Amino acid sequence: MGRVVLVTGVSGTLASRVSRHLAELGASAGIDRVVGIDLRPPVGDLGGVKFVRADIRTPVVAKVIAVEDVDTVVHLDLAPASHRFGGGGGVKERNVIGTMQLLAACQRSATVAKLVVGSSAAVYGSSSRDPALFRESDSARGGVRTGFPKDVVEAESYVRGFSRRRPDILITTLRAAQTLHPQIESPLHSYLRNPLLPSVLGFDPRLQFLSLHDALNIIAEAVTKDRPGTFNAAGPGVLLLSQIARRLGKPTVPLPAIGFGAAAARVVRSMGGEISPDLHRLLMHGRAVDIAALRDIFGYEPTATTEEVFEEFRAAQRPGVLARLGGHG
Amino acid sequence: MNDERRTIGTDGAAGRGTRGGSPSSGARSLAGGKATPRKPVRKAAASSTSEGSAKAPRKTAAPGSAGAAKPGTGPSATSGSTPPAREKPRKSASRTGAGRAKAPTSAGSGSTSRPRRPSAAAGADAAPHLRAVTEEDAAAAAAAAAEEAARETRTASGRATLPGLPVEEVLVAVVQAAQRILGSDWEHRLAVAVAALRKRLSGDFEVDEFGFDPQLAEVLTAAFEPIAEKWFRLEVRGAENIPSEGGALLVANHSGTVPVDGLMTGYAVKRHGGRDLRPLGADLVFALPFVGQVARRAGATLACTQDAERLLASGEIAGVWPEGFKGIGKPFAERYKLQRFGRGGFVSSALRAQVPIVPVSIVGAEEIYPLVGNVPSLARLLGLPYLPITPFFPLLGPLGMIPLPSKWIIEFGEPIRTDAYEPDAADDPMLLFNVTDQVRETIQQTLYQLLVERGNAFF
Repeated sequence: MGRVVLVTGVSGTLASRVSRHLAELGASAGIDRVVGIDLRPPVGDLGGVKFVRADIRTPVVAKVIAVEDVDTVVHLDLAPASHRFGGGGGVKERNVIGTMQLLAACQRSATVAKLVVGSSAAVYGSSSRDPALFRESDSARGGVRTGFPKDVVEAESYVRGFSRRRPDILITTLRAAQTLHPQIESPLHSYLRNPLLPSVLGFDPRLQFLSLHDALNIIAEAVTKDRPGTFNAAGPGVLLLSQIARRLGKPTVPLPAIGFGAAAARVVRSMGGEISPDLHRLLMHGRAVDIAALRDIFGYEPTATTEEVFEEFRAAQRPGVLARLGGHG
Repeated sequence: MNDERRTIGTDGAAGRGTRGGSPSSGARSLAGGKATPRKPVRKAAASSTSEGSAKAPRKTAAPGSAGAAKPGTGPSATSGSTPPAREKPRKSASRTGAGRAKAPTSAGSGSTSRPRRPSAAAGADAAPHLRAVTEEDAAAAAAAAAEEAARETRTASGRATLPGLPVEEVLVAVVQAAQRILGSDWEHRLAVAVAALRKRLSGDFEVDEFGFDPQLAEVLTAAFEPIAEKWFRLEVRGAENIPSEGGALLVANHSGTVPVDGLMTGYAVKRHGGRDLRPLGADLVFALPFVGQVARRAGATLACTQDAERLLASGEIAGVWPEGFKGIGKPFAERYKLQRFGRGGFVSSALRAQVPIVPVSIVGAEEIYPLVGNVPSLARLLGLPYLPITPFFPLLGPLGMIPLPSKWIIEFGEPIRTDAYEPDAADDPMLLFNVTDQVRETIQQTLYQLLVERGNAFF
């Protein structure tokens, strides 16, 4: 008897790819069925995934778990606010209340044996007092008072509470860096698509990316094998925003740190692009995580470094206006 | 320039050599002088072959263009000075060429390309190959070639000389300047520099996970050299105590209102130890715009246990200034009196990583900005640990920000080994306090000793 996997937030670009990947693995990996749940209908083809349109902020999710005999829950419905999918209030509801409802449903369920939480490295915040690389045991030193980082911190605290109440359920928390892939939505992806990149004057953040391939494999491994614990996931190495801008051939627009969020949003909106409201702190101090635990304890070696992930992304982009200056083009 | 040209091939004996006629110097000239002059000279030869056709149009063009201003000084000066400059190399060339006719007999084995040369149209014009032995000769040949090439393009396109703008001379000067500054292989070096700049501009460089950019660190070190050597007259002692490989923790005293001592220590470690210092800085450094950005690129990271242990474990030399703001912001009256050495966290990091602690005593930093006053209320308002008043700072405005040229001595003391202790010893507070005191005392004693030896701070 194989696993029945429930994937939340399956209409998101990354979650839909994850659910399809799990469905394709199928019986060879011991997965019987994959059920996807989201409030919005999926945009693309979900393949062999059974889609259930439901709101995870309501107790309906408990019924889905009971009806489908779900034994593995993959919670990927933690997403930063983006203008395209409505304002910040709804997203916060989904992130925090959705997680609470899902955990409540799991706590009641007799079948659920494993929970995989697709958390984010945003849980570490971003501040000038950050260590160069965050380990899983470190906590945020600043930059988690608002927005998506705050949601993630709260969601993770509920997960910790849940793990105390149901110690028999294996819980894997994956604190992933942003996935950078031409087909995957992420705040940095939409930011980097702008023709001009607003940056914070006098700051050059270190950024990390995770490749789609690694993201899929890590989640699949967490589902099919038993890997309890909390793990950072990112491509090794870092890239500076200035490097990224130069390689893309896009000019940066340095704006003063005070009022950066509003000014950057205005600049980007005037170009017809979009910028996630939570991004400005990351663009100031950056963030990098230590993936030693992923390598040594989880047992997964990322196939692509941050630089390789970025280069793959760059190759799919139209070169920027300054690309002629540099060696790329 | 003209003198150099006159000597080309004129005072040497006939044959291959220019000045000495000995076979060995001839052989040397064969070996050494074949790569650089060949290309320019060939151009010169080519241009002189077409001289017959190119000359006539030029002669008609030049008076026509400069006709209006002919009696003026500008154009006549250029046209007066350039023809001799053009004439001379040809004259000398023909002379060496005449000498070269004997060369096959005197020098014996010729170069492989020799048979081709007499077949060049003017024969004699090809000869400058042979006399370009020294660098001056190479420079002269290249200059002549550039000049000829410039004339050629100008006459070919039929463009008139700009009155008063000696294009040829400017071109020659540029080529010569490039040769003076970058040496005889200036083309190659310039290409390398341009390629490096292009790589930087296209973002094609590496930084490590701390944000350290080794290329930029090289440039900063070079830029800092005159400040360290000429302005502060830095003297480094005990450079042999900087480990040539493996991790180490440099512990130094902190002073001088602005952390110039961090830069100077980094410079000393790079120049005298050949290693990159990775300073551990206060969080204020990384909160400040531009400062934090450059600090990270130059190798600094936040002074926290995680980063210190990560650096030391990966075999880097980390630098700490455990006095922190208490040391750097102390009044001038308390100069060279060490403050409390933090809480000994640096010792526990070194013990965990099992790396030696190198005490570093820095003399000279106290005098660069003598702190005579402080405005605590304004500092608190700005979120700074102190707001310095020096004898010159707010008084002279930006001029007061120039550091005073004190004499600096940096002494790297004998490393204190930590590998005798167990890594668990890092959890023993008494041991940490003892080692901290030991390091502090060592630095304090060395400071007093260095102060006596230095004498006056400025002269």
